[in-house]
Amino acid sequence: MTDLDGTPAGARAQESPGQGLDARLVVERGTFRLDVSLTVSPGEVVALLGPNGAGKTTALRALAGLVPLTGGHLRLDGADLGHAPPEARPVGVVFQDYLLFPHLSALDNVAFGPRCRGAGRAEARAQAAEWLARMGLSGHAGVKPRRLSGGQAQRVALARALAVRPRLLLLDEPLAALDARTRLEVRAQLRRHLEGFEAMAVLVTHDPLDAMVLADRLVVVEHGRVVQEGTPSEIARRPRTDYIARLVGLNLYRGRAAGHTVRLADGPALTTSEDLSGPVFVAFPPSAVTLHRDRPTGSSARNLWRCEVAGLETHGDQIRVALTGPLPLTADLTALAAAELGLRPGAVVWAAVKAAQTHAYPA
Amino acid sequence: MLPALVGLAFLLMPLLALLIRAPWRTLPEQLTSAEVWQALRLSLVSATAATAVSLVLGVPLAWLLARTDFPGRRLVRALVTLPLVLPPVVGGVALLLALGRGGVIGRWLDAWFGITLPFTTVAVVVAEAFVAMPFLVISVEGTLRAADPRYEEAAATLGASRFTAFRRVTLPMIAPGVAAGAVLAWARALGEFGATITFAGNFPGRTQTMPLAVYLALHHDPDAAIVLSLVLLAVSIAVLAGLRDRWMTPSV
Repeated sequence: MTDLDGTPAGARAQESPGQGLDARLVVERGTFRLDVSLTVSPGEVVALLGPNGAGKTTALRALAGLVPLTGGHLRLDGADLGHAPPEARPVGVVFQDYLLFPHLSALDNVAFGPRCRGAGRAEARAQAAEWLARMGLSGHAGVKPRRLSGGQAQRVALARALAVRPRLLLLDEPLAALDARTRLEVRAQLRRHLEGFEAMAVLVTHDPLDAMVLADRLVVVEHGRVVQEGTPSEIARRPRTDYIARLVGLNLYRGRAAGHTVRLADGPALTTSEDLSGPVFVAFPPSAVTLHRDRPTGSSARNLWRCEVAGLETHGDQIRVALTGPLPLTADLTALAAAELGLRPGAVVWAAVKAAQTHAYPA
Repeated sequence: MLPALVGLAFLLMPLLALLIRAPWRTLPEQLTSAEVWQALRLSLVSATAATAVSLVLGVPLAWLLARTDFPGRRLVRALVTLPLVLPPVVGGVALLLALGRGGVIGRWLDAWFGITLPFTTVAVVVAEAFVAMPFLVISVEGTLRAADPRYEEAAATLGASRFTAFRRVTLPMIAPGVAAGAVLAWARALGEFGATITFAGNFPGRTQTMPLAVYLALHHDPDAAIVLSLVLLAVSIAVLAGLRDRWMTPSV
């Protein structure tokens, strides 16, 4: 993957000249500056993942032409679309709250796009009926949006976006408006529809699970910039920012390696299994941390720190402990172990991490 | 409590007086007189035409004020609302100066096309539209501001031009506001007096609308004035009743 040797994300654009999406989206608004390079190959689903306010939705709106670019470029299958108005772009959008036209039936909502793009009334409605059938919504064709359930509305919105046969499908937080149970079901359906979609898709989400289930590749955006991109498993294994590390549930540190020792920028040294030199990241899961009430004597763990409990919360069937000390740590342990250790905020414990359970990689 | 009751009485008493003093016995003859019908028909036709003009010109103006940003937009908005507070007589004088035979624009209309507006039925419509259109613009603008502009964006991503998005998405969604504005404008046009008598004059059958007829009749035939007033009151109540449901429940 290119990001491992530090190549800028946009460099991949040369892989398939003329085909797919090749964009550098620069949008300046007041003090906020978005500068995101994005490439998508035909058939690929890319997720823009990032915290709220990172600029993901602005990037999506810029792709759709709803926000003007103040710099950069936008090419879709070789055509320069940087200044094309939204109605002239071969793009379909599924909005976060769907924005189904409330005065039109589900069928007429889906037929709206084909009508605008030149189909006759009867033809547009026939196409719309076909899309609704594909979404399993034939029985709801005449229903107004307010009488659809969340999951049904989501599928109508998807059908409406696909009915214009876009080269690029954009989805803004496609599952955010759904309750937990519907979400599970719709996520699986959406994945099937995206797999069958031969063009490109970009989806925006702040939910790592949605991103990992739905996308082939993730582009992580923070403060208007791309901080990391790669396949879901690469990003989960080798996070490069605190935000991603928190998302995937890893302890992450940055430091300078000399052999098996990594000296953290503002903390202690860590012993790792990898032999590296220069700036590195060190990551390990909360389950790799063991806690002891007294300083362990016979332990083979090389990384041992005296810490204070900052907070406790249940995390599935585990207790997740936030620790402060020479370095911030999160540790997972069973409820029984937590009780035996007498853990409560302010308690002092010894935390140990085996070198074999850490993972160091070049920064 | 007492001020509220006084307020209610203050608003209802005059209407009640109108009903009490109405010449109920001679009402049928009065109602079927040619003059009443002439004035009523002229009033209905001109108020409806003025409302149509207000819709055609006012809805795009409301869209411009609500959806776009241009330098001086606030000033334009203030100028648009000026006829709301301007004494209608002043509006009539201003219309004369603009569209009268020797007016700023009227001079050219006369010289090039031989068109003279003042003291014609068209002038009635112009005067009524001038006074009534701001009601429609303000009402539609308010509804447009409350409507989510992202529906227009969604329409644009589906390939709709601005005009198509407005016609097929926005307009149906703001229909209740447009209807309310149109009714307000229509009612205002129906009652228009000052601008009409100044700009269009008071010629029976041509420019004498109901309010003008009422005013004139009051001097030589008070009973006729009361009958004409009753007719206007009935029309107003019918409009209110007829459109109440459409106002209260959104058409979505």
